[in-house]
Amino acid sequence: MSAWNDPPGGFHPASAPDYLPRVRLAEIQLQRLQAVVSRAYEHVAVFRKRMVERGLAPSDVRGLSDLARLPFTVKADLRDSYPFGLFASPMEEIVRLHASSGTTGKPIVVAYTQADLDVWTEVMVRTFAACGLHRGDVIQNAYGYGLFTGGLGAHYGGEALGATVIPISGGNTERQLMVMQDFGVTALCCTPSYFLHLLERAREMKLDFSRLRVGVFGAEPWSEAMRQRIQAESGIRAYDIYGLSEIVGPGVGIECSHQQGLHLFEDHFYPEIIDPESGQVLPEGAEGELVLTTLSKRAMPMIRYRTRDVTALVPEPCACGRTLRRIRRIGRRSDDMFIIRGVNVFPSQVETALLQVEGTLPHYHIVLTREAGLDRMEVKVEVTPEVFSDKIRALENLQRKLEAALEHVLGLRVQVTLVEPRSLARSEGKAKRVTDQRKV
Amino acid sequence: MKLQQLSLFLENRPGQLRAPCEALGKAGIDIVTMSLADTAQFGILRLVVKDWQRARQVLESTGMVVNVTEVVPIEVDDRPGGLAAALAAIEEAGIGVEYMYAFAAGPRPGKAAIIFRFEEPDRALVVLQARGLRILSAEDLLEKKSM
Repeated sequence: MSAWNDPPGGFHPASAPDYLPRVRLAEIQLQRLQAVVSRAYEHVAVFRKRMVERGLAPSDVRGLSDLARLPFTVKADLRDSYPFGLFASPMEEIVRLHASSGTTGKPIVVAYTQADLDVWTEVMVRTFAACGLHRGDVIQNAYGYGLFTGGLGAHYGGEALGATVIPISGGNTERQLMVMQDFGVTALCCTPSYFLHLLERAREMKLDFSRLRVGVFGAEPWSEAMRQRIQAESGIRAYDIYGLSEIVGPGVGIECSHQQGLHLFEDHFYPEIIDPESGQVLPEGAEGELVLTTLSKRAMPMIRYRTRDVTALVPEPCACGRTLRRIRRIGRRSDDMFIIRGVNVFPSQVETALLQVEGTLPHYHIVLTREAGLDRMEVKVEVTPEVFSDKIRALENLQRKLEAALEHVLGLRVQVTLVEPRSLARSEGKAKRVTDQRKV
Repeated sequence: MKLQQLSLFLENRPGQLRAPCEALGKAGIDIVTMSLADTAQFGILRLVVKDWQRARQVLESTGMVVNVTEVVPIEVDDRPGGLAAALAAIEEAGIGVEYMYAFAAGPRPGKAAIIFRFEEPDRALVVLQARGLRILSAEDLLEKKSM
């Protein structure tokens, strides 16, 4: 048996780049950056046009710091060039297409050459290895299979790791739980909100999932408080995974066993943090919008892609020994933010406030309304067995405590409405946390 | 003797009361008595049923949150001042009442039955019996109901 067959913590050979000396990593990054900029310049008309407008040529990229001079790519660029306008490879070399769920209008299409798929699989192997998974693990992959990148990305990564992958895809909670129990599942991939739903049903059905050890949760922002609660309630280790289709899919970043931020696979995805207003690159440690450049992507290189995710690069090295820099957990996307009575609110702040009050894993939904020109924020919270009492007074107290916690965190008066268990819609993918009924 | 009371959380919307009652009906479980406490936003339905364990299973399997509380059924004289006399005894014993509600009819002629939710049901049981109040048994109440 080789070393990487050892139980959690064992080293997987694919993870070697996680530990490169920073100087060596920078050499690789620069080499790849120069190649990808040339490639995009040569094959992607929009990118070349913007470079020319700035009087720039690929040869101007002499160091990594020159990246800051290059133009950004934004989501609208993908929509405007629908479907294939940003491809840098001819169709004969493209072996896979994925598309995002465009909530408005046309979806976003992303493409992969075989080499791109190999890189994707590699970063997913490194992802699972960082979570302590290895050959012999049984991974239940409840990310949706199909146009969404989550399903297939995790699938091939799990197989290449040498684990057993169950391609169950999303949905059908009862079957998920039956499989989890009967197949001795040790690791689960899904959204954190869907895991809460599974946990709740598992308890009602009195199922045994004691072999489950690791959750690889992503595709939506979740708070540190939620992770602590999930780990305490379920006994598993819950890891935050980060990725986006425009860059590759899942596998851009992952937490290690220290759970102090997400390591970015910097040898393939180069991070910058910018001020979202000015577009200026911010110093390491400052909070801002994450911008990523794909260093090795062939079919669809993304140069300085604005992710809309708000985070900061962690300057200190990680205790796990990886030299890959970390980003702080992404609690919020600049897209998710809503403004009520002049106050910026992120759903993750609401979640943090709710978790401060005793009780259990919260299912909540935020409703924004406008009455006589005044914005109102209501948070619906499901009553759980842990907090339900036969006494009206106890429930009214709970309601007041939740309102006080929200007011404390947000600085806003918020109305809490207790609702029946399971009355809020359960999502099998990304949870929808906000309904905005305000007429603008 | 204490009874197990089931409490359910209900949102204050039309039709919310029917679902639990229907679920119990389908399962053939008899509701012995009930009370509904409500606020502007939500209500708590409190039920005394035959076979509370099975009733709890039935309700939980439909996704409801069920809280089980011990309550004490006390027999009072069915005459003016009957309830006041019982309450006087409870007050003298220094027992706090959370809430109370009545049975449809008492098990014996001339008697009524009231369900009490006390802060300390066990102590209430001992001191109230010592003061001559008749505490009813589940059989008293359930048999009466099945007639």
